[in-house]
Amino acid sequence: MIAELGLLALWLAAGLAAFQLVAAILAGRGAPVLGEATRPVAVMQGLLAGFSFLMLVWLFARTDLSVALVVENSHVAKPMIFKLSGAWANHEGSMLLWVMVMALSGALVALVEKRLSPATMRATLGAQAIVTLGFYAFLLISSNPFERLPVPAEQGNGLNPLLQDIGLAFHPPTLYIGYVGLSIAFSFAVGALLTGEVTRDFARTMRSWVLGAWIFLTIGLTAGSWWAYYELGWGGWWFWDPVENAALMPWLAATALFHSTSVLASRDALRVWTIMLAVVAFSMAMVGTFLVRSGVLTSVHAFAVDPERGTFLLGLLALFIGGALVLFALRAGGISEGARFSWKSREASLVVNNVLLTALLGIVLLGTLYPLLTEALGTRVSVGPPYFNPVGAAFFFPLVLAMMVGPMLRWKDSNWAPVAKRLAPAWATIVVILVFVLIEGTAGWLSALGLALAGGLAVASLLPLAGRKPWRAPLQLWGMVIAHFGLALTLFGSSSESAFIQERLVSVAPGDSAEVGGWTVTLEKTRPVVGPNWTAIEGDVRISDGERDYVSLHPQRRSFWSPPQTTTEAALWTRWNGQLYVVLGEKGDGSTRKLRMWWKPFVPFIWYGGLLVALGGLLALLGHARSALRRSIGLRRAAARRETV
Amino acid sequence: MNLKPKHQRMALLGVALVALVGAVLLAMWGLRSQASYFYVPAQVESDPPEIGQNIRLGGMVKEGSLGQAADGVTITFLVHDGEAQVPVRYRGILPDLFVEGSGVTAEGRFAPDGTFDADTLLAKHDENYVPRELEEMTAAQAKATVAETSE
Repeated sequence: MIAELGLLALWLAAGLAAFQLVAAILAGRGAPVLGEATRPVAVMQGLLAGFSFLMLVWLFARTDLSVALVVENSHVAKPMIFKLSGAWANHEGSMLLWVMVMALSGALVALVEKRLSPATMRATLGAQAIVTLGFYAFLLISSNPFERLPVPAEQGNGLNPLLQDIGLAFHPPTLYIGYVGLSIAFSFAVGALLTGEVTRDFARTMRSWVLGAWIFLTIGLTAGSWWAYYELGWGGWWFWDPVENAALMPWLAATALFHSTSVLASRDALRVWTIMLAVVAFSMAMVGTFLVRSGVLTSVHAFAVDPERGTFLLGLLALFIGGALVLFALRAGGISEGARFSWKSREASLVVNNVLLTALLGIVLLGTLYPLLTEALGTRVSVGPPYFNPVGAAFFFPLVLAMMVGPMLRWKDSNWAPVAKRLAPAWATIVVILVFVLIEGTAGWLSALGLALAGGLAVASLLPLAGRKPWRAPLQLWGMVIAHFGLALTLFGSSSESAFIQERLVSVAPGDSAEVGGWTVTLEKTRPVVGPNWTAIEGDVRISDGERDYVSLHPQRRSFWSPPQTTTEAALWTRWNGQLYVVLGEKGDGSTRKLRMWWKPFVPFIWYGGLLVALGGLLALLGHARSALRRSIGLRRAAARRETV
Repeated sequence: MNLKPKHQRMALLGVALVALVGAVLLAMWGLRSQASYFYVPAQVESDPPEIGQNIRLGGMVKEGSLGQAADGVTITFLVHDGEAQVPVRYRGILPDLFVEGSGVTAEGRFAPDGTFDADTLLAKHDENYVPRELEEMTAAQAKATVAETSE
């Protein structure tokens, strides 16, 4: 019954989405009653989609083996947390999660957004209905998560062991929430194009949603990179893999988008550009999903590969993006120009930021699609770090400079000389670090520049607080300071890792030692251990600095039996200035084992930085929410005063 | 600099276009000069890549060819595609699903002695996922094996 209830709720929700679309269209043609209906319908649709998702989670919690999806992705002997996460760690379940988040966000828009005109609101909900309908159709036609088996199975196949990890249980939902937030921004843009009302209130409304989406994308990227780092056991944290790029591209677009909405909200400029970016940002989320799901690209962690679904997604992509672009072409000319500004202003620096971010987006997109293009022409190519690192840096490093200068400039018009002077500590930091790294002499020029710019940015990002009482500074300012500082940390961590990393690969018998990064690593013994659904060989690895013992690490090689697969559990030991990364390898001759070790200076800064960036976004969001609340209270009071007078 | 709004818009558009065209040109240059090309052993034989050039080599691990060097950490094996074979040397921990007779993609470069020095080995990722390059490799290999045995 549960599966049938879930499916029924899904059909009903799809029906309501269709009704929402029709009502929005008819309301635009003079049926105001129907326009009134769009809001409650959107709320109801969200609730039904949420109910449907809960039913799927329930099926997984009970391990209902009459449902095909449960059998394929779960197992009776699996820990409960991974039974639950199994509900969305597969294609059908994750698409249902996606649709649920989308419908619930639509409901939230309908409930809380009061800043837009009724007409724009209706058009937005109509656009949101089209997008959601596409995904309902995708689920119901090609990926029904509630399909029953003719004969129930006995125990289930289990979940891919790489996915049986707490990081992976929560990483995809975070990214999806981000993607879906971008779909809302897309609907706002379509709504505004239809009514032609691209106002500062529109920008404020959209900014909150983009910022919210961006926070989740940032957390998702950070968590994904951390997961790949500790779970895959190869010691890297970014692979320029198509699947990673698929998540990076929407992040780049969203970063550009919320900066440009800021310009629109504060200065009423960049109207058309902001609309365009909103379309691009959601397109990138769709392109990413298509790349990951369709299997058109070779990836270390592509999943749910199925050409039929790929075709369906491509169709949706063409429909949404193509439709939005046509609408854009027809309507953009009708949107009046915004305010103009000087080249020496905060706005101008944000335009530079937008241009550079868009260029970066183009570089990543080209690098990701290039193998596809050449394969169509008969040449096999794989594009990797030798392309992405230097070409990306050519645009990322100027972006860091813009991040240093931009926040020091005033809106409208500013003077160069005092700004350059106030930035003196940052210039000094850059020079000192460059000199130091060049004397050290081991770092390549990319990581040397990265380290220097990271230092400069870290200093520069704090300067806007100088001369202010910290507790009086607005939350938005704090948000910017913390986010920019976080990016400096990430850049510092990654450059430091590639500049000063040390690696050792040895074959050791129990009792043997090896040195890496000033640490003595001793393999004491290996022993078998048993987990809930796996067995493993575990190493006892003692770490000392030659005089005293610090810690014992326990790297493992795990064997899962359903499905049969081996995974590597690296052992990590974090110090303030870096991390020791130890991987236990396969058996050699006699009693020897391979041991691969890295000393990675400051590598955790990459993820600390990522979290700070997200925190900065959260503070900015809270700050905007607070000023929106104040503004609406102020308006209400003014209205009350007018009445009493 | 005080421009009329229309001119400012044009200037802005100009700057953005220059930056984007620059990005595309740089990207194309990067892709031409840096992209590592995918080779199978037969291609290596007919049209060998330059020594030291980064490439990807794909094929099957030849049965019985897996060996270990005296240092205990270097692995050697042969990669073949039914037509030709190439010796590969790899220092590192083998991927979990690396076995003889199965497909592998190796990233690295050729050394002057004709051996392929691999930095990274990509084997079958899990039960459901095989790198696309290997998927076809297996089919081609199967065909070749059938042709060999039926002769």
